[in-house]
Formats: sequence, structure tokens, C-alpha cells
Amino acid sequence: MQVDEATVQRIAGLARIKVTPEEAKALQTELSGILNWVEQLDEVDTSAVEPMTRVVPIALPKRKDEVTDGEIPDQVTKNAPQTEDHFFVVPKVIE
Amino acid sequence: MTDLTTLTLTQARDGLRKKDFSATELTEAFLRAIEAGNGSLNAFVLPTPDHALAQAKASDARLAASDPRPLEGIPLGHKDLFCTNGVRTTACSRILGNFVPTYESSVGANLWNAGAVMLGKLNNDEFAMGSSNETSAFGPVVSPWRRKGKDGKLTEAKLVPGGSSGGSSAAVAAGLCLGATATDTGGSIRQPAALTGTVGIKPTYGRCSRWGIVAFASSLDQAGPIAKTVEDAALMLGAMAGYDPKDSTCVDAPVPDYAAQMRQGVKGLRVGVPKEYRVEGMSKEIEALWQQGIAWLKAAGATIHEISLPHTKYALPAYYIVAPAEASSNLARYDGVRYGLRVPGKDIIDMYCETRAAGFGKEVRRRVLIGTYVLSAGYYDAYYLKAQKVRTLIKRDFDEAWNTVDVVLTPTTPSPAFAFGEKTGDPLAMYLEDIFTVTVNMAGLPGMSVPAGLSSEGTPLGLQFIGKPFDEGTLFRAGKVIEDAAGRFNAPDKWWLAGSKGR
Repeated sequence: MQVDEATVQRIAGLARIKVTPEEAKALQTELSGILNWVEQLDEVDTSAVEPMTRVVPIALPKRKDEVTDGEIPDQVTKNAPQTEDHFFVVPKVIE
Repeated sequence: MTDLTTLTLTQARDGLRKKDFSATELTEAFLRAIEAGNGSLNAFVLPTPDHALAQAKASDARLAASDPRPLEGIPLGHKDLFCTNGVRTTACSRILGNFVPTYESSVGANLWNAGAVMLGKLNNDEFAMGSSNETSAFGPVVSPWRRKGKDGKLTEAKLVPGGSSGGSSAAVAAGLCLGATATDTGGSIRQPAALTGTVGIKPTYGRCSRWGIVAFASSLDQAGPIAKTVEDAALMLGAMAGYDPKDSTCVDAPVPDYAAQMRQGVKGLRVGVPKEYRVEGMSKEIEALWQQGIAWLKAAGATIHEISLPHTKYALPAYYIVAPAEASSNLARYDGVRYGLRVPGKDIIDMYCETRAAGFGKEVRRRVLIGTYVLSAGYYDAYYLKAQKVRTLIKRDFDEAWNTVDVVLTPTTPSPAFAFGEKTGDPLAMYLEDIFTVTVNMAGLPGMSVPAGLSSEGTPLGLQFIGKPFDEGTLFRAGKVIEDAAGRFNAPDKWWLAGSKGR
């Protein structure tokens, strides 16, 4: 799989990472190299194989549907870059 | 008095209980060692002396009352991937900035409840992505080991301590702590242990809680110890492991007395040697080390059986789909809103993109992009689903092997420690460091690296044992045989203390 610059920019957009044109060039080569290398998996016949969903065969435990913590807005917002009255502040989203 | 930093964890525990020295004296000895050596090694990114001395004081009270907990007064290093209540936690990434958790990881809480003392936070590859500790935002860790030149003298070239738990392995090998926490997603406990002459065990997936550990690849991540000896590792894992309702993949099973299991020997143990691990380009000395390990196990009463794990060669490429895919999803949380770095942008999307470009290092960006690519519309089946199917086959190989053997013996790494910069230019060359370790994560099995010899350059080499699910005890038994036969390996010259006052 040869990744072109437009694909790198499209993926970077999906990943929400700004990539400069120079970085995109380098990434083109690196990503293509890695993707070409993983393509050796095509040699393996997996037509009758189930994908792995968990390595240890245990059932997902359930707990009671009840509140076990909360009332800690100071802690929740303590590390935020910008807060106001226990709200996270972000740039305006709606015009 | 003897240098307390040269004791093993087990010896220190016994010394504390016999009141040969106090927990405060022991902790102070390690704080001095950190002060003297960390400038050269960069193993700790945040020493926490006040925190350590407070814990040591509490331990001294328990020891005075003859009521010690299992790790009472034992000074440990703590990988910076574990969240620590009130103590900065960064995963060695710029994007977490000055993040100070308001909670403690479950594994950390288990250790402190067992009486252990935290000396500080240890360096690692950014978000645990790397095999040399060169991707850390705090700069690389220097291995205490140095290569011997042709004249037999130690060379100046800085060697890597392995990764991602490079701070852990270097700190233990250099005597800056008695043991260290670590995490392993593709080999990040075992490979650094092998490169520094220390013991590292990644337990079965589900043995240790992942709650409060900065997530890399959730279906592969496990915590475990790096320690000086097999018994030290057994004591540490016993304290770290255990059921935790806060991690739904954590298994509710009793944690055995690993140190007691360790003493059971290997008489009659069936050891498998997989022919697929005899890879092209493996050095002669690694092959010789492997044969030596086989001979030691035979001499101790084990039987050796050639086995086949036919899908071994596909584990690494499958890993480099699964791990980046899960990482791209886990790392989506770093958006500059709730914690960590924020770089302003012209709108909220631009803020996300600027923040993540500035906050993530090169290797992390590369893996997030690969992960985003393999999960993107139209590619999911071809890459991610395919890799998860191959993973089923890798696990099936092991399931079949367990019909004829009890444990598997392999080398831990294909080569000894390398120098700074030797593999940073080529991501694929770095990824090959994990070739022998990654199958274990893909199948969720326990794996342990034990020091077994030195390379022709005088640097450590490790052997790896792979066990059945939740059968860590057999790894300790087998590891102990290698340790007893091979002896322990210490860096030949404490060069990192030169130039420091050393008090």
C-alpha cells in the first residue's frame, strides 16, 4: 500500500493532528513502509477464523446500576487548561 | 555499615525486620544514590524525597510495632505511566504537561498498602511507545552498562536501557531503587530487563489491574515488576496483582505465594523450545545462550521438547496493527480540554489539531496515524479484523503447545543493548526489538525475562520463559533455575557516580 500525501493529510485530519507539508512527506514514506510490511499477513488464510475479542475467556462482570462516586467537580476540573464555575471552557463551537 | 543500595529487595526486607537498619535509613540511602547518579542516568523524571521519607517514617512505626506488611519500608521506583495521587504524572509526554492526578492507580495503591515506599516517578518512552527510551519528552535514559572495546576497556558510548520501561530497568540495575514498577504492551518489561541484567515479568493479562495506568493498547497492556532477582520479582508481583472491580478485564482469582512456588524446582517440568524462534540473523551468542539455558534446565531435572508455534512470524506485523489502532482510540482523549497542554487555534477543531501536533512526539504521532488509517472506513476489515484473526491463530498455537509442554523457553531479544541513535532512524528496525516478546502479549500469556549471560561486548543477555495463563508460578520456578546457574550480573563500573559528590 503506497500512501500519498493527500491520504496522509486526510488521516491526520481524522486523527486531529496538524501535519506540515514537510512532515507529510516523511510520513508518506514511513507509513507506506509500515503498511507494506504488515501486508505479509495476507499470506495467512483466516477465512475460517474468528477474530479475537478477549485473550482470557471470562464473562464481562456486571455491577449494580447505581452511583458510586461523584460530587467532586473540583477534582474533575482541577487539571483543565481553562475552567469557569466547574465548567470546561472551549472556543465557541456554535456561530 | 554495608552499602544498603546493593542489597536485594529480599535482603532489605529481612534486614528491616531484624532491625539491622530502619526504613528511613534505607530510603535515605536510595535518595542519596538518586541524587548522585540520576544526573548521568536520567532514570527518574521526578524524585519524590518528601513523599518517600513520610512513607518510610510510617513503615518504621509498623516495624517498631512488629506489624510489618509484605513490602514494609521497601523503596521502589514507579513508572510515570502510573497515576499517582497528588504527584505529577506525564507518561513522559508533553501533552500531559503538569497533570497531577487526584487518584492513585490500583497497582500503586496495592504497593503502598503493602508498605512500599515511592522514591519517585521513572522515565519511559512517551506513552510507552518505544524500545529504547529515546522517545521520552524528558530525554533518553542512559543504561548503567557500557560496552567493552577490543582492548577490554569500557567504551564511552551511551547504551539504551531498553524500553519502554527504560527508567525502571536502569534504576534497578544502577541501584537507585530496590525494584520498580513497569508496564508491558509488546515487550516493555522483558526487553529492558534483558538489556540491563535485571529480572522482569509481565503477568497474564488480567492479573494486575490496569485502572489508573495511562492506557496505550488496552487489550495488550499489563503491569509487572522489574527487580534484581527472581525472588524480588515474585514478592513484588504478589503485592501488585489482585482483583479490582474497577477494571472489568481484571480476573477474580487468588494470587498465589509466588516466592514459595519459586522454590519448587523444575524436576519433571516439560520445557518447550519453539523452532520458529530460531530467526534469520539471530546472533551466534544468542543461540549459544539459548543452548546454555536448555542445558541448565536439563541439569535441574526438566525435560526439553522441540515444539512448533507456526504463526510466530506474523505476531509482530499483527501487533503493529492492533497496538496502534487501540492507541489511536485511547489517545483521542488528549484534546486540550480536560487536562494537559492546550495550544490555541482559530476554532475548536484547530485547537485540537494544534494541541496534538505540539503535544505528541514523533513516534506517538506515527502510531496514532497508523492506527487511524487501519481503523478508517474501508480499511477496518483488511487490517484490524485481519490482525485480530491472526491473533486468534497465535493464541491457538500456544493452546496446542500446552498439550505437550508446561513452559516455553526462548531468548528475550535478538541482540544485546544498542547505542543511542542506532535504531531511531528506522521505525521498522526498532519494532524488531519486540520480535520474541510480542507473541506473549498477543496471546495474553505471562512472560518473564531472566539474565542468563553476557555478550562478547560485556553487556547483558536475557532468556524468556512463556507460561500458561495464570501460571506465573512456573515462570518463577524456571527463572530461579537460570538465576542459580548463571548468577547475577552487575554493571562493572559505577561510572555514573563519577563527578558527583556521592556524599
